[in-house]
Amino acid sequence: MKLPIYLDYQATTPCDPRVVEAMLPYFTEHYGNAASRNHKYGWAAEEAVERSREQIAALLGANPKEIVLTSGSTESINLALKGAAEMYSDKGKHIITCQAEHKAVLDVCKHLEQQGFEVTYLQPDKSGRVSLEQVAAALRPDTILVALMWANNEVGTLNPIREIGALCHEKGVLLFTDATQAAGKIPVDVEADHVDMLCLSGHKIYGPKGVGVLYVRRKSPRVRLVAQMDGGGHERGMRSGTLNVPGIVGLGKACELARVELESEAKRCAELRDHLEKRIFSELDFVHLNGNREHRLPNNLNVSFAFVEGESLLMGISDVAVSSGSACTSASLEPSHVLRAMDVGEDLAHSSIRFGVGRFTTREEVDFAADQVIAAVKRLRELSPLYEMAQEGIDLKTVKWQAASH
Amino acid sequence: MAYSNKVLDHYNNPRNVGSLDKSSAQVGTGVVGAPECGDVMKLQIQVEGDRIVDAKFKTFGCGSAIASSSLATEWIKGKTLDEALAIQNTQIVEELSLPPVKIHCSVLAEDAIKAAVNDYKSKNTVEASAHEASK
Repeated sequence: MKLPIYLDYQATTPCDPRVVEAMLPYFTEHYGNAASRNHKYGWAAEEAVERSREQIAALLGANPKEIVLTSGSTESINLALKGAAEMYSDKGKHIITCQAEHKAVLDVCKHLEQQGFEVTYLQPDKSGRVSLEQVAAALRPDTILVALMWANNEVGTLNPIREIGALCHEKGVLLFTDATQAAGKIPVDVEADHVDMLCLSGHKIYGPKGVGVLYVRRKSPRVRLVAQMDGGGHERGMRSGTLNVPGIVGLGKACELARVELESEAKRCAELRDHLEKRIFSELDFVHLNGNREHRLPNNLNVSFAFVEGESLLMGISDVAVSSGSACTSASLEPSHVLRAMDVGEDLAHSSIRFGVGRFTTREEVDFAADQVIAAVKRLRELSPLYEMAQEGIDLKTVKWQAASH
Repeated sequence: MAYSNKVLDHYNNPRNVGSLDKSSAQVGTGVVGAPECGDVMKLQIQVEGDRIVDAKFKTFGCGSAIASSSLATEWIKGKTLDEALAIQNTQIVEELSLPPVKIHCSVLAEDAIKAAVNDYKSKNTVEASAHEASK
């Protein structure tokens, strides 16, 4: 067993060795520029890119021509939101999104607000989910775009994208979905799900970092975007820049593997996750699941360990690599905006840990992690004045706290 | 974030963890911070004359908060009340090599010492005056 055990698959994933193998010839042998139309090197590169486009499209139920290659989800989000806002601003200037979105979406929305757009930030329910009714109620005649993530990166909650997509199509509003966590983990079909734009990142699905996709629908409706980077007019004019051929080959291979193995892997991950969850919940008291038991990713588990601060817990489980929603793990001193939006309580937000299992996680690793976490929580609770008060029967909500003099 | 060896040492082997009898007149209790801010420190002192003969703490907070309060109990044991009140958060920062984002942990530890001493003092002046009144 290699330590520390990696249980942070929502942050990034290792490259699958099969992906690396597929990429290698494109560094040293087939190193042509995919835009070179007049020699064999260029043709080989272009051919490889087009094959990848097919592999990516197959994972999404899309047409290869609808695949715009980018550097990753953040770039895709910028292109989708800014590009659509600019293109359709004559039609309206209202955008709908959610408070629990990734910062990449929220920050782009903030930017668009400065440009004169109006953004509605829906508040998710306590499980992190936005409802069809909320979206319906927020739609206005001047709404041009709905931007909602498929699966939340912190708590794994799935939004009802298919229902929201159908509504958007009925109302003539574009739907963009950030599928960075969902693609390759749950079935995605841009046709059946009525999605107009969708992004994913290679490194979240066992592909390389620095390469991603923006799916842009070509028919009913045909989505047009204003390019955000000027240059040679690559990618149907939407994204200029020489294509990252080895990265794209790797992404294509990663998508193919994700598609072929989706069902078996989702089942295996869910079993590992459920095992971890069962051990934590049966061996500790005062633990809370953050997220939605019914509608969530198969490989995500987000738990708050009451009366234990997240960063101190991470220190106590140094042989396990996970993330915390605690403020102390970030430079901002703000706890997770997702857990805040879900209204789980600031104290529990400080106590949250995200566990992500993946393709290379074993049951032995999960048990090792569970042992470490359970022991560390017990030890830190012995140190915790809050646990002591809770055991004395004091309701912490009724205590008048004295914050520090800073 | 990389922790200093001293922070790791206090985190792994915290000194003086526990509780003293908060109803005792000889014990001063300070509880500072708030759960929604991510740190709460409880620091208790047992006083004989004007000297702190024992100190205990419990902390909900990050590793630096645990280390700051653990160090505080170590420092105040054996000190007089006035000497304990003179401890500055900057001394804790220096001893533990806390980075700027963790300075508030040291502030909280200083506050906890002051709160415990003040609790002890107010308990004893009240009791002293109650004693006076009963004469």
